[in-house]
Amino acid sequence: MLRLEGVSKTYRVGTFGGRELVAVKDVDLEIGPGEVISLIGESGSGKSTIGRMILRLTGVSGGRITFDGADVAGFKGGRLRAYYADVQGVFQDPFSSYNPIFKADRVLETLRATWFPRLGGQAWQDKVEASLAAVRLDPGQVLGKYPHQLSGGQLQRLLVARALLLDIRLLVADEIISMLDASTRIDVLNLLGDLKARGLGIVFITHDLSLGNYISDRAVILRRGEVVEEGPTERVFGQPRHPYTRALLASVPQLHHKWERTPSLVREPAGEGG
Amino acid sequence: MSLRVDNLKVWYRTLRGDVRALDGVSFGVADGELVGLAGESGCGKSTLGKSLTRLDGRMRHVGGTVELDGKELPIGDHAAMNRFRFKEVSIIPQYAMSAMNPTRRIGRLVAELLASRGVRLADVHQELVRRLELVGLAPEVLDRYPIELSGGMKQRMVMVLSTLLNPSLLIADEVTSALDVSTQKAVAETLVDFRDRHYVKSTVFITHDLSLAYQIADSIIVMYAGRLAERAPTDALAATPRHPYTRMLLSALPEVGVRYADRRLRGIPGSPPSLLDPPTGCRFRDRCPLAIAKCAEQPPFLEVAPEHFVACWKAS
Repeated sequence: MLRLEGVSKTYRVGTFGGRELVAVKDVDLEIGPGEVISLIGESGSGKSTIGRMILRLTGVSGGRITFDGADVAGFKGGRLRAYYADVQGVFQDPFSSYNPIFKADRVLETLRATWFPRLGGQAWQDKVEASLAAVRLDPGQVLGKYPHQLSGGQLQRLLVARALLLDIRLLVADEIISMLDASTRIDVLNLLGDLKARGLGIVFITHDLSLGNYISDRAVILRRGEVVEEGPTERVFGQPRHPYTRALLASVPQLHHKWERTPSLVREPAGEGG
Repeated sequence: MSLRVDNLKVWYRTLRGDVRALDGVSFGVADGELVGLAGESGCGKSTLGKSLTRLDGRMRHVGGTVELDGKELPIGDHAAMNRFRFKEVSIIPQYAMSAMNPTRRIGRLVAELLASRGVRLADVHQELVRRLELVGLAPEVLDRYPIELSGGMKQRMVMVLSTLLNPSLLIADEVTSALDVSTQKAVAETLVDFRDRHYVKSTVFITHDLSLAYQIADSIIVMYAGRLAERAPTDALAATPRHPYTRMLLSALPEVGVRYADRRLRGIPGSPPSLLDPPTGCRFRDRCPLAIAKCAEQPPFLEVAPEHFVACWKAS
């Protein structure tokens, strides 16, 4: 379905763009229907940039991204619109994804004008209710409410419902769990599991290894824009081959398993930008 | 006993009435103890941390007392608290990234801060450099502006700064939440280190991440909707949680290295009650699968095992 071949992204930085900053370097990925792939990395690893390139929010500097064999970069007008009917994104902060002045369900209404202008009132209602049911939201609890009246979990699920209205085939979920509380984040994760069972492909971008481990079929560990390790989730988490993956796994706080204390007193944390 | 909090109530003033963010909280922290204070957003954990250092304009001290090393802290009196802040009780705020004045070189900022407490930078300079080295910072950071430091470096700088006068109590409020996993581990371990080196006598480590508290805390307090739900030594809390909320919270945490092929974890249905007009009795009862009629009365915070306290009718 979606394929990344040698994709790179460089930014020009410094006075007059004199220096080049490599954000993503030579990334190959493939994702099919019903597959969840986790992009895991620390800040600056390029994981979000990959998501943004898939969504065409930023262009690629090298390589190509293809969807069903067609190069995404060439899409214009109607073809681009059709692409967005297949591929949608949900982002980290549910509280700033909404305009606080308008009711939260406006994110659904705005779709109607562009994508379903000829749909009748009742048919639209049914469609909305079906997609709310798919994300396990009670229409009575969320429709007609303002963003501040809803919890972070509800807002985030509403955004997924919005994406589902379009019958998408691929969802880019960029840190959609990290702002949520422990008691509700698992519900959103399970929801992604349900969508996967319905054949949706999901690119799950996260810095949290335990979330990546819970949900994904394949895991990709990124560091400074490069893939350091990738493979089936059990393999990457069970028998990590790259020292960086091992170091990351050793730093994850886990219940019932205490850290090995770092012996040296002067600790130079890895992977930190200057 | 280093810190003694007794029936503390701190409410927020809003146009719609008082928000009871802390509604009768009692606990103690022993000398040298590192206590993890965990809970979800809005449970009052940060309010508790702020109450022990500085109430902001909207917060009101409604009742209860706080005692540090046998002396009562005048937490409701902004000016009187000045004698204690930084010297006796110090805080590492949640956003260390923005805790430092961007217009000052860090060295000058430190000097000004010390001068406000009647201490000359020259007298503590040697110790300052030693501690900077301990957390992996070169003394040259003192000549830099905060913007020149990375997030992790700023976090470590603020940690050294907050503890420079060896306070008796250190409040660390979500100090790791904006950091990468490897930096997070280093920062959390530094807190333990500071305690072991007696830079601080005792520490309250506020976090939303129970598994992180489990790594470094001696005992853990779980808060829910402005009250304490459970308190126990760390291993006891992880192995035998007694409060239904703690149990459900712990079982909702996915772990690394476990295969979840067909097994699903379950979240806690519902959401916490509004603290504007909180329900009577146990505040978790609407979401609790074990709730009985008696839960309409407030459960006492009782010791059910050595050092293990629970506020639940079904647990005792």
